[in-house]
Amino acid sequence: MNALSHTSKPDAARLALDVERVRVDFPILHQQVHGCPLAFLDNAASAQRPRQVTEAISHYYHHDHANVHRGVHTLSHRATDAYEGAREKVRGFINAASTSEIVFTRGTTESINLVAATLGQSVRPGDEILITHLEHHSNIVPWKLLCERTGAVLRVAPIDADGAVRLDELQQMIGPRTRLVAVAHVSNALGTVNPVKRIVEWAHAADVPVLLDGAQATLHAAVDVRELDCEFYAFSGHKMCGPTGIGVLYGKQHWLEKLPPWQGGGEMILSVSFAETVYNKLPYKFEAGTPNIAGAIGLGAAIDYLSEIGLANIAAYESRLLGYMTDRLAAIDGLRLIGTAEVKAGVQSFVIDGIHPHDLGTVLDHKGVAIRTGHHCAMPVMEFFGVAGTARASLAFYNTQSEIDQLIDALQVAREILS
Amino acid sequence: MNSGLLDIYRQKVLDHSRNPHNMRQPARADRQVTGFNPLCGDKLTVFLTLEGNIIKDVAFDGSGCAISLAAASMMTDALQGQSVDRAGELIQEVHAMFGEGAVPHDRRLADMRALENVRDYPSRIKCATLPWTAVQAALDDSGKQVSTE
Ligand SMILES: Cc1ncc(COP(=O)(O)O)c(C=O)c1O
Repeated sequence: MNALSHTSKPDAARLALDVERVRVDFPILHQQVHGCPLAFLDNAASAQRPRQVTEAISHYYHHDHANVHRGVHTLSHRATDAYEGAREKVRGFINAASTSEIVFTRGTTESINLVAATLGQSVRPGDEILITHLEHHSNIVPWKLLCERTGAVLRVAPIDADGAVRLDELQQMIGPRTRLVAVAHVSNALGTVNPVKRIVEWAHAADVPVLLDGAQATLHAAVDVRELDCEFYAFSGHKMCGPTGIGVLYGKQHWLEKLPPWQGGGEMILSVSFAETVYNKLPYKFEAGTPNIAGAIGLGAAIDYLSEIGLANIAAYESRLLGYMTDRLAAIDGLRLIGTAEVKAGVQSFVIDGIHPHDLGTVLDHKGVAIRTGHHCAMPVMEFFGVAGTARASLAFYNTQSEIDQLIDALQVAREILS
Repeated sequence: MNSGLLDIYRQKVLDHSRNPHNMRQPARADRQVTGFNPLCGDKLTVFLTLEGNIIKDVAFDGSGCAISLAAASMMTDALQGQSVDRAGELIQEVHAMFGEGAVPHDRRLADMRALENVRDYPSRIKCATLPWTAVQAALDDSGKQVSTE
């Protein structure tokens, strides 16, 4: 069980993470911004990389690089081994049954688009795709496009004032025309952790497959796709201390087999003639062209790194830090927390009376504090809460209590200047 | 105020943003254009009433950050009663101010000079230019919406 679970709270490993030791691995954290120590609290947008990841990438480029799956020479073997080794690390990380279920993509966005484009080919007018009101644009727009293409209907399960999905309504919206349920595991704008295992159970009761957007989940706690039993799970390397430009689509084997290929090109074929093309086996069927080899290797190194610290330790440490941050924010006069669901991870959004989030962001930057301001690619969420944007502080396991204190002090300065 | 620390929130800027001038929706206007900054969701609508070649009234409404509200307030002050041609010159001066760092000499832009340090904040320049881009579109009569992107 882990921090993304709705059934148990982690506490055993509370002191098992030595944050000062961890921070040594992240060179980027040790710098001054506008004369203040950097407090990086924008991890939901993209997390930072430990030395181990950048070193794995440069080691690969300095010693082993060649194209994969193509050559008989030594470097090509090494590159292929490293690339496929990374795939095995991803498999282990999310506990998939087989590496043929692990497709490397550019990121969460591409993973979702892959499913929308392929599964979408059998969607008919009047079919329904069910999402929720708290999705990131990348789990809205591909479905919207699919609906426009096919005449299918996009249905949206509502959220409540705390920013939790209204589960009773969601369950009722799963019907005979539902072709897919696509839901965030963790909301990037609100931090809400959806009870995805239950959602999967409801969908399966109606024979409906489920795609989970795990972009905001994998940094914060262990994910087990077999326990969740979802058909698809999408996530991004850069949000879990890996490189940009690499991501993963997990798909259950029989689903990936059933889906038509997506992009065409090298690597995804076994034989090509002008009359007939034979597609490659999984997962290569979905990996047209030279892949992001270094990215995959970097992601593998990030997985090693996170696993060595231990996802349970990370989850325990972070949930305590998030609790501290939320309490301190809530104590500020005129500050309204946005996103107060019972089970949350990593993120706290807020607005302050009379101060525009962008002005807040600029003042905070001056105090060395990096947060995100704006709509967080979740405009429907902003509309629901009646704001144009929010300020959002988001955590990783290398953040400290004193960085949160720095945030709170900077917010006081912002209030003095701006309100 | 914390002088030196944040030279973009000068007193003059804060005065305008707290009590913006000409922030209202006129009962009728000849032209109206909404300026939209997709990055932050800010929306400012500029209302223009012309009498021949003269800007008889310019007002704005909407929501935005301190920088865009102050810039909108200053913009309405600067353009009120000016000819369309002169308004075009002033708009150019403002763009040159944020683009090349040219100091605007026109005394109608004296308040705008309080925003000169916004240039040091690339992500905020569009906040300051949003109302000016919108009023330009209104003068050109080129549409109902403009975007900073
Ligand atoms: C919940 C969620 N889904 C999807 C994405 C898109 O991820 P990427 O931009 O890495 O494709 C993000 C990133 O912000 C996210 O937070």
